Amino acid sequence: MPPNIQPMMPLSLTAYTLVTANGRGLGPVLQALRERRSALKPCDFEDVTLKTYIGRAEGLEDFSIGNELERFDCRNNRLAWLGLQQDGFMVAVAEAKQRYGAHRIAVVMGTSTSGILETEHAYQARDLAGSLPAWYTSRYRYTHNMFSLSHFVQACLGVRGPAMVISTACSSSAKVFATADRLLRAGLCDAAIVGGVDSLCLTTLYGFSALQLLSTSPCRPCDVDRDGLSLGEAAGFALLESSERVSRRGAVALLGYGESSDGYHMSHPHPEGAGAARAIRDALARASLQPSDIDYVNLHGTATRANDAVEDKAVSNIFGRTTPCSSTKGWTGHTLGAAGITEALISVLCLKHGFLPGTLNCERIDPTLHSHILRDNDVRPVRRILSNIFGFGGNNCSLILGTLR
Amino acid sequence: MKVSIQGIGLLAAGLEGWGASRAVLAGIEPFAPVAVRDPDATLLPPNERRRSSDCVRWAVQVAQEAIVQSGLNPRDVPTVFASSGGEMGVLDTLCRSLATPERVISPTLFHQSVHNTASGYWSIATTCQQSATALSCYDDSFAAGLLEAVILACAEQRPVLLVAYDLVVPAPLNEARPITTGFAVAFVLAPPSDGSLAALHLRLDEVRQDEPTSMQGSALDRIRQDNPAARSLPLLSAIAAGVSQTVRLSLLDSQQLVLDLDPCLH
Repeated sequence: MPPNIQPMMPLSLTAYTLVTANGRGLGPVLQALRERRSALKPCDFEDVTLKTYIGRAEGLEDFSIGNELERFDCRNNRLAWLGLQQDGFMVAVAEAKQRYGAHRIAVVMGTSTSGILETEHAYQARDLAGSLPAWYTSRYRYTHNMFSLSHFVQACLGVRGPAMVISTACSSSAKVFATADRLLRAGLCDAAIVGGVDSLCLTTLYGFSALQLLSTSPCRPCDVDRDGLSLGEAAGFALLESSERVSRRGAVALLGYGESSDGYHMSHPHPEGAGAARAIRDALARASLQPSDIDYVNLHGTATRANDAVEDKAVSNIFGRTTPCSSTKGWTGHTLGAAGITEALISVLCLKHGFLPGTLNCERIDPTLHSHILRDNDVRPVRRILSNIFGFGGNNCSLILGTLR
Repeated sequence: MKVSIQGIGLLAAGLEGWGASRAVLAGIEPFAPVAVRDPDATLLPPNERRRSSDCVRWAVQVAQEAIVQSGLNPRDVPTVFASSGGEMGVLDTLCRSLATPERVISPTLFHQSVHNTASGYWSIATTCQQSATALSCYDDSFAAGLLEAVILACAEQRPVLLVAYDLVVPAPLNEARPITTGFAVAFVLAPPSDGSLAALHLRLDEVRQDEPTSMQGSALDRIRQDNPAARSLPLLSAIAAGVSQTVRLSLLDSQQLVLDLDPCLH
């Protein structure tokens, strides 16, 4: 066992909800997974002319957040708002408030760009003196500031426990599970709402384009001809409680997590996948599991040349050539800071409904990859899943989700 | 939850380094701010340093100072980086470029725009593969970072490096977020042990009558209110004074971190 890693008490996911470009709520996302329907379409975001595909959540342009929450109105918080409305999540939180009290419920959210789109618009609307418009400056705190998302979620749900936003690029909303576990273990809360929201913006579209990491077609993870990622947007939330308090057979729970750094480069993964391997091993150690106990690995699988090759090194070194692995980015696109929660909740759907999603858009598996890459969906009982998320800054997180026995 | 403080790094106008600032923070010497020159941040390899942002150099400078005092190998120490807005200077440059018809942005500038830029540069400079977290809690980012660092140190029974920083926000972004003084601070927090700078007992409390602890001198208190990372000043001042003291930090409107501080005799 790695030093300093103690086995953890599983944390039950007593409620959860997800919105991606595939649809609003778990039902439509599950259906798209089963029907192998990608949500990636040619980029039609604002006036962007990049030749790329995106996973855009429908309808965010058609409403605004009103009343006493109006100051929070921005694309990122609208997506959060849509997410909170689905799957009975707000009712479950209301019940948790009754059980524990509003001040005993923590909020730990992940995002990489928060409401930066507001700042991008404000810079386009500068006056002749170069000043920013007043509609923006008075609302920066509630829209673009990194904490805005947790502030908004707290305000929507009326909870008052510890709150923060984790922003470690793409690993953000995977790491929220780790922070929530520490808060619960320290007795600083009785339940934690974790999740993440990231939405399309010019910064990431033009930024990934500048890095030459955007595919001109829908992304093709693990494919021999893969040529980059497709950006997406998503909102996902989960209510975490100690499995000792709310345990019931068949409930899904977080069994383990591992966090690490590459210590190598800001935007290239460690060539040997050393940081990724460390995150996976720590997650296994916390869950007191062996690699052979894992039924399926949900890969980070962004479809960039480097990510998929390096992730494969780490995964095949630990799991060998038989554990089924796949990437679900072909459905959702890379939802960046929301990828952690998106793929954790896709993993939950796999556990609950007994199926594995094959890697959508992967026509010919890259023969240099050693892991057992699934191309087609598979129907089978699944008990434990490892989900990988890696981000800029060489920031890695692996989660293990499973069904309580 | 109890931790010991094994090292401190500090950088702000008139507070250049922990050792040089103790007397000022203890109220023995007057606070005389002079403009801070670009930090050396010698741990950064020259090519990384050249293209690094101001935030990176400030954060690495204080992290380095704290780690050296602790005598720990930085490769063994997980990190927590806390900042309200992160790379505001980089975001300003980026948004200016995105407001032009061409929208050409440099790949380096893009990867430097993330909230975990300083954290990433630190891991790379030290080849550290431990957990690294970057977080925000608006004005209470230091308190949230301290909370995260302490629960990590307690959960894993190992030292943790906490770095908090916010720099001067450039125009026009300062119309949205006016921060007029730069401030960076670092703490190495470890399970309780002898020979540390101070012992810290942390608890979370509902907001009652007690106000968050402020600074005695009005100049230092203005900095505390100006810069989220400078909300650490009452804690620094209590450690420098070397007397048992309770410091209250606000954590959102609803809660406070209550820090009971005990000086440790060497």
